[in-house]
Amino acid sequence: MAQTLQQIFFDLFGADAMIAFSPAYALQQLVNGLTLGMIYGLIAVGYTMVYGIIGMINFAHGDIFMVGAFLSLIALTGLSALGITSVPLALAITLLFAAGIAALYGWTVERIAYRPLRGSFRLAPLISAIGMSIVLQNFVQVSQGARVKPMAPMIDGNLPLFADGLFTAQISAMQVAIMLTTLLVLGVFTWLVTRTPLGRAMRACEQDLKMAGLLGIDTDATISLTFVIGAALAAVAGLMFLLYYGVIDFYIGFVAGVKAFTAAVLGGIGSLPGAVLGGLAIGLIETFWSAYFTVEYKDVAAFSILVVVLIFMPSGLLGHADVEKV
Amino acid sequence: MPARAGAALRDAFLSALVALGLFGVLIGLKTESGPGSLVLVARPWAVVIAVGLVFAGRLALLAWRGWRPAGTPSPRRLVAVGGRIGRVLAPLLLAFALSLPFYAGRYWMDLGILVLTYVMLGWGLNIVVGLAGLLDLGYVAFYAVGAYSYALLAQTFGLGFWTCLPLAGLLAACWGVMLGFPVLRLRGDYLAIVTLAFGEIIRIVLLNWVSLTNGPNGISGIPRPTLFGLTFSMGGGPGTVSHFFGVEPDISQRVIFLYYVILGLALLTNWVSLRLRRLPLGRAWEALREDEIACRALGINVTTTKLTAFAIGACFGGFAGAFFATRQAFISPESFTFMESAMVLAIVVLGGLGSQLGVALAALIMIGGSELFRDFAEYRMLVFGGALVAMMILRPRGLVSGRTPSVSLGTAKQISPDLIAQGRG
Repeated sequence: MAQTLQQIFFDLFGADAMIAFSPAYALQQLVNGLTLGMIYGLIAVGYTMVYGIIGMINFAHGDIFMVGAFLSLIALTGLSALGITSVPLALAITLLFAAGIAALYGWTVERIAYRPLRGSFRLAPLISAIGMSIVLQNFVQVSQGARVKPMAPMIDGNLPLFADGLFTAQISAMQVAIMLTTLLVLGVFTWLVTRTPLGRAMRACEQDLKMAGLLGIDTDATISLTFVIGAALAAVAGLMFLLYYGVIDFYIGFVAGVKAFTAAVLGGIGSLPGAVLGGLAIGLIETFWSAYFTVEYKDVAAFSILVVVLIFMPSGLLGHADVEKV
Repeated sequence: MPARAGAALRDAFLSALVALGLFGVLIGLKTESGPGSLVLVARPWAVVIAVGLVFAGRLALLAWRGWRPAGTPSPRRLVAVGGRIGRVLAPLLLAFALSLPFYAGRYWMDLGILVLTYVMLGWGLNIVVGLAGLLDLGYVAFYAVGAYSYALLAQTFGLGFWTCLPLAGLLAACWGVMLGFPVLRLRGDYLAIVTLAFGEIIRIVLLNWVSLTNGPNGISGIPRPTLFGLTFSMGGGPGTVSHFFGVEPDISQRVIFLYYVILGLALLTNWVSLRLRRLPLGRAWEALREDEIACRALGINVTTTKLTAFAIGACFGGFAGAFFATRQAFISPESFTFMESAMVLAIVVLGGLGSQLGVALAALIMIGGSELFRDFAEYRMLVFGGALVAMMILRPRGLVSGRTPSVSLGTAKQISPDLIAQGRG
């Protein structure tokens, strides 16, 4: 019976559709989507933290991610030129290096473009952030060239997960590495936010910036540190992106930034677990859309979700309703 | 003042140190495609120059701050002075624009058309951003809708430019309402991101709907505009402008005609927005920009007010798009990227949100300026981005702050930045 059903299916939809409807194919998309979602989640955390504390959309955050990817590329190329062949060692050094320099970028952007604008009119920080985004993009274009930068894959190997005769779902060693690193970084980050004095200061500022200041928290320093941490996480995401896709250019920050912002909104802006959850959701939606519908319109799908979520569920999955007070 | 000089030196040194951290890697090591894989090329001197510039710049900034005379003019005074200069400058600028074709060559005419297109786009966006206070990051979508409307209507139904122009505006306005209707409940910054997403969606659809738009290859052979049915053909037969007026056919006739068309369209945009500001609608826009909650409390229908701003702004974007299509005779999705939106927004912001003259001057400076510095084209956007940031920090109300309410009790009051500064806490 099953055989005949499969036969009918085959006649109706052809060989490609047969593969598309196999469970293994769906499992493969799940694995790919989760990997992509982790990258988006890491970027989304930066958006949501900044929005939670000073209520602005850090439009340049996507470009910090792009800078992180470039820093990683330079570090990996440099390390291989120096003769460091151990992949875990090279990745660990690159991760720390890229996160450190990107954090400096995050700090500088806040210091130059956002801090002077506290208390300015409503749209001023956003316009300034757009300017900063253009600056970062074109700075990298001028300094590193406009061409796409390819990189040879660093981690090989596949682990078959599940086969159903039509398709074999597998998880690559690269995907495992990306997921493990992301979880590790997010674990450190969660510890930082929930268990340290710094995290307590950040949460206090998020609840009420003025009150936190009155209670003796250095709010300027806390805001700076928020940007630093967000930028470091974005740089980790940049490294992951570089490893996963193997090709970057100066423009990747724009689309990835908008998608990660969508993820932050979907998860409920201001909520840290929500950002990761939203990232995973966006990654899955994008991957499944590409696999089952049209790959050309995957960005349209992600952007449409942003619109739909904002209209029907403005507080997102895990956020709380925001009442505008006078 | 050795102590202050020492502090300044230390500050500049720290800035240079940060700059070294920022630039050391990204400028100092350039990835180049080598044999097989990427190789790094070291550029130590570029880093030294960049860091040196930061050091000197920081020192100069501190020196300027330290020795600036105490009695700086207040922002309110500057606004008043700006207003007085504007009364003289605006007619001069108009006379210059009207007389340009009489003495300018081909290159300057083309540049003039380009600048005027951006002036028109800036004035159109000014209705949305400057008057109604809605940050629209997807304005280029309406520009694209206008351009593609004209191109497709002309190619499919053989309609002329003057028939299609109102249609293109109308279609763009419809898109404005369609976008506006669901999203206008959103707060300012959310609205900005949604309009950005909308602009990208339009571009991606134009890029991928090959059967309609011919995809990335674009649409070519878009008909040129006519002068009361007379064409600007080089052939010079019956029915052409040169034949009708009995002059030699020349390419410059069409360029001059296009120039006056866009000048007329831009002035129409200006006139309409100036008139609208005097209507209750325009006053509602300005009230909405200043305080949305107060508007609601006063019984202004916020939704329709925002929607009309979006529709009218989009309509002028559509006009400009149709003109762009007929001028280029070729359009492709490449012309409608986010950078275009950012550029128009930069013009509006630099000009001063809400100021008509400021927008015109900003378009002249930015588009004209970037044409003059064509050799440094790759640094152009870098400077634009930096200018946006600097503008927000130094003069958030723009070069010519025109935020005079169109109506007020008693004598008209100038609103200066310090009066309307509003924080979050």
